[in-house]
Amino acid sequence: MSTTVKKIYKSLEYGPAPEDSSEALKWLKGHGSKFNLFIGGKWVKPSQGEYFKTINPANGKSIANISLAKKKDIDRAVKAAQKASPYWLALSPHKRSRLLYTLARLIQKNARLLAVLETLDNGKPIRETRDIDIPLVARHFYHHAGWAQLMHSEFKGYQGLGVVGQIIPWNFPLLMLSWKIAPALAAGNTVVLKPAEQTPLTALLFAELCEQAGIPPGVVNIVTGDGRSGELIVNHPKIAKVAFTGSTEVGRLIRKATAGSRKKLSLELGGKSPFIVFEDADLDSAVEGIVDAIWFNQGEVCCAGSRLLVQENIADKLIRKIKDRMSKLRVGNPLDKSVDLGAIISKTQLKTIGKLVEKGEKEGGIVWKPPIDIPATGNYLAPILFTGVAPSDTICQEEIFGPVLVSMTFRTHDEAVKLANNTRYGLAASVWTENIDLALDIAPRVKAGTVWINSTNSFDAAAGFGGYRESGFGREGGREGMYEYMKLDLPIPKILDRKTSAATTQKAGSPIDRTPKLYIGGSQVRPDGGYSSVIMDPVGKKIGDVGKGNRKDIRNAVEAAHKAGAWASMTGHQRAQILYFIAENLSARHDEFSIRLIEQLHISNSAARKEVDSSIERIFHYAALADKYDGKVHSTVKRNITLAMPEPVGVIGVACPDSYPLLGFLSVILPLIAMGNTVVAIPSMIAPFSATDFYQVIDTSDLPGGVVNIVTGDREELASVLASHMDVDGVWYFGSEKGSQSVEALSISNMKRTWVNYGEPRNWENPESGSGEEFLKQATQIKNIWIPYGA
Amino acid sequence: MVRKSALRNSGIPFDSSILEDRWVNKSAVERRAGTLGKRRSVKKEYQAAWLLRAVTMIDLTTLSGDDTEGNVIRLCAKAKKPVRSDILEQMGFDSLTVGAVCVYHNRISTAVEALNGTGIPVAAVSTGFPAGQIAHRDKLAEIKKSVRAGANEIDIVISRDKVLRGNWRGLYDEICAFREACGESHLKTILATGELGNLENVIRASWVCMMGGADFIKTSTGKESVNATLPVSLVMVRAIREYLEMTGFRVGFKPAGGIRTARQALDWMILMKEEVGDEWLSAELFRFGASGLLGDIERQLEHFATGNYSAIHRHPMA
Repeated sequence: MSTTVKKIYKSLEYGPAPEDSSEALKWLKGHGSKFNLFIGGKWVKPSQGEYFKTINPANGKSIANISLAKKKDIDRAVKAAQKASPYWLALSPHKRSRLLYTLARLIQKNARLLAVLETLDNGKPIRETRDIDIPLVARHFYHHAGWAQLMHSEFKGYQGLGVVGQIIPWNFPLLMLSWKIAPALAAGNTVVLKPAEQTPLTALLFAELCEQAGIPPGVVNIVTGDGRSGELIVNHPKIAKVAFTGSTEVGRLIRKATAGSRKKLSLELGGKSPFIVFEDADLDSAVEGIVDAIWFNQGEVCCAGSRLLVQENIADKLIRKIKDRMSKLRVGNPLDKSVDLGAIISKTQLKTIGKLVEKGEKEGGIVWKPPIDIPATGNYLAPILFTGVAPSDTICQEEIFGPVLVSMTFRTHDEAVKLANNTRYGLAASVWTENIDLALDIAPRVKAGTVWINSTNSFDAAAGFGGYRESGFGREGGREGMYEYMKLDLPIPKILDRKTSAATTQKAGSPIDRTPKLYIGGSQVRPDGGYSSVIMDPVGKKIGDVGKGNRKDIRNAVEAAHKAGAWASMTGHQRAQILYFIAENLSARHDEFSIRLIEQLHISNSAARKEVDSSIERIFHYAALADKYDGKVHSTVKRNITLAMPEPVGVIGVACPDSYPLLGFLSVILPLIAMGNTVVAIPSMIAPFSATDFYQVIDTSDLPGGVVNIVTGDREELASVLASHMDVDGVWYFGSEKGSQSVEALSISNMKRTWVNYGEPRNWENPESGSGEEFLKQATQIKNIWIPYGA
Repeated sequence: MVRKSALRNSGIPFDSSILEDRWVNKSAVERRAGTLGKRRSVKKEYQAAWLLRAVTMIDLTTLSGDDTEGNVIRLCAKAKKPVRSDILEQMGFDSLTVGAVCVYHNRISTAVEALNGTGIPVAAVSTGFPAGQIAHRDKLAEIKKSVRAGANEIDIVISRDKVLRGNWRGLYDEICAFREACGESHLKTILATGELGNLENVIRASWVCMMGGADFIKTSTGKESVNATLPVSLVMVRAIREYLEMTGFRVGFKPAGGIRTARQALDWMILMKEEVGDEWLSAELFRFGASGLLGDIERQLEHFATGNYSAIHRHPMA
């Protein structure tokens, strides 16, 4: 002993500090290192009797045999969940709340066991599972025990969806499970969850905790397996919703597979998140932020700050500091309490990272690794810094999902934003500056679901998390996350039949033949193809012609809509003023618009007048909301202000409904523009003139050109062009079931948000169904901005 | 450990632009400070070795109105033998001494005499410690008297009013004058960070003290309501690191006040090791200003040596 102490006294090394894993090993041994499926509250053998191994990435050894769920098993699990569903849905919110609370308590009681098990299975450092993952898991269940309790008071009219299928990744196994299961149960759903093939253990222990907590059989079902097992869940007809966290590649497949199925979908996908450092940042703290951004969990983090953007004048200094800091990182046995980076999940992932690093070097990047010890065996990787790279390099665009940071410089604030947004992804961003004005200028301009000011990778159950662009859609956490697991449970207003006989209609005389053109960028333009379509009235009599738009017209309209992006930065009050002006001008043309409706639809005079009246009222409705549908300040657990801001989605393509040519048209474009989106609308071809007449109202109302663009033509064809357009951020489609399916399937080009009606008609006159909160939710996406404070 | 100890910080000309370019984010600093001790763990023989090293970096201190010759002599005796010899022997050490003994001016001669021949330096608090609310010329006179009385280190308090009023040039001049008055004795500047209002002031005051030629920058007197904290220390240590990069001078660091447990001592040592490196884990560049810390370290060391938890009365008191 004496010589060692003396030696250490001189060297002052840290020495090994392994976390005791005996309890976890005992638990595994107690199960004979073999696990069945947790279905209907029972542990059942996989139908085909197949098992696979889960491997400890730190040493490559098998930890346990895990059941491989096949079709029969998935069917069985969904059936169990279905069977449990009515009871669980009908259970009082308080009772559900108590059960979630019990789960939270059990997670805390088993915190260390869960942490050790997670580290064994995943290879991430025990410090992270112990201090970050598991505490967040418990917090998630506590928070959602609260939402369960408040279901009736806070979410009036909403209820659970039924059976939800959930597929989670290997990078935060139990944390992702909690993000999925806690809100699902709180809202009254039952669950079939598949943990990642590589990391099933904590989910299985969680299943035991569900048993202990007295969660009714079938409410939570844990089915282990591989990608095919997941596919079976996604495609199962009795699943009401699919929630997936994982790669954008798989997210695309899921979007495509579920297109037209009416399954609700939330996808939390990849990222290449920017980490922006301005010259007036606390650089030493920014360096620690970088450590937490890209060397947290070996960089296997969807929101990892993997793209460092640093102001040119401080770049050398910051890079020097980063290198010094990297030289202090410790890579090794993840169970060691003094380790910063553990093992990479698998040999496959190791290879993927290696290939990208190689590519980065080949493309001219300068790779730097710190002179630190890396264990010779096990899936270990040194942290890596790339300099001398540009956006045109592969490693600056592709998600590496490893401990690799790429750094680039910018000159101005605007350039920082441009570089930050030069990506297909939009999950998160980190902004470092001591200038609050600058921070709050940059945060809304970065396309990302979460922006951390002077911080990074902050998570809390009370704040929503989720992406923009190809990082997916839907939010997890907070109030916004709860909506993903609920539906409005209101009686659907009946559809009114307004048709009257042709005999009773008035004829409006149009003395001069006028073929409305398209309306793009605030001007009337001839359709690119030079064709027009004949429009008939209900008895087959020609009313007139409209321009027949084609894909090029859509392209032009989308470009015009992008150019009108300044609309989003106008204040809500300014937008409201313009909407009121539109209402005023429509009101002045009340007769003209009524007559047009009668002419196109052969409805009664009173019905036509009513539609125009309702239209004016709807404009008032959204003008009123333009400065009122605002955000929240979430009560998260850190000392900070977490702003949940609804932001416009961007450029939205809209296929307008056939019924109510004026009110229907306005009901879809108004919420969009009230929230700051710009729109490319395809009017109904049954009665397009109400929309085309509307140009003149728009022109006289000071609405900036390009905010609303109208392209008449074949709805299905044009909707397809919009749905597959990669610079369109969302598509709303109110048409046929087939068209709905097509829009959802085509949206995978850029993972745009879609809202479709699956061919279901909607009562546009009824304020609930014609202008409910759903419209505003669909017109916005929540960005959470974390602003720590303290001086 | 290779260190050019000859390279004592001689200070640099006052440069206000350096002060303007200092940014510090409190929340981020607190996050780092909060995770430092959780990212690293020192256990068993490593912990024992680290704690022995900690002992050698303690400025064993008594700064009370009722200090007499008697208790200062007792303190010096403890400084010479801070850890029970049987425990030391078990770990292969013959002897070990603390970093210094720290007293008021009036008690310097007693301490110098008691420590004669041990090589343990005597540190004296000075310049109207702890408040520093006396005339500048009296401060200089006090330093000179203490140096003449045999103090090897002078722990001065900076004029907080100069910080709070942004008179950085004035503070710089003050430190330069103190440094000159110290002569060969080392200058330790106490920032009294608990009274500076914010971290920006802490970082700027650290820089001004270093520019003025401080050998050590020290957090607190131990008499403020908030004394040494990890976040404040982190800010000061990062300033030391950057000063080294800019000038090549190594400035020491002394957290003082509120460090009472072995666990805390390890946290500070981890901070030094991670932020500035092993060089700052020796008495030449690092001190704990503490009176109660040693007792807890002794107990932990006995626990390591015997495997049983220890009691404070089993260790000779100071």
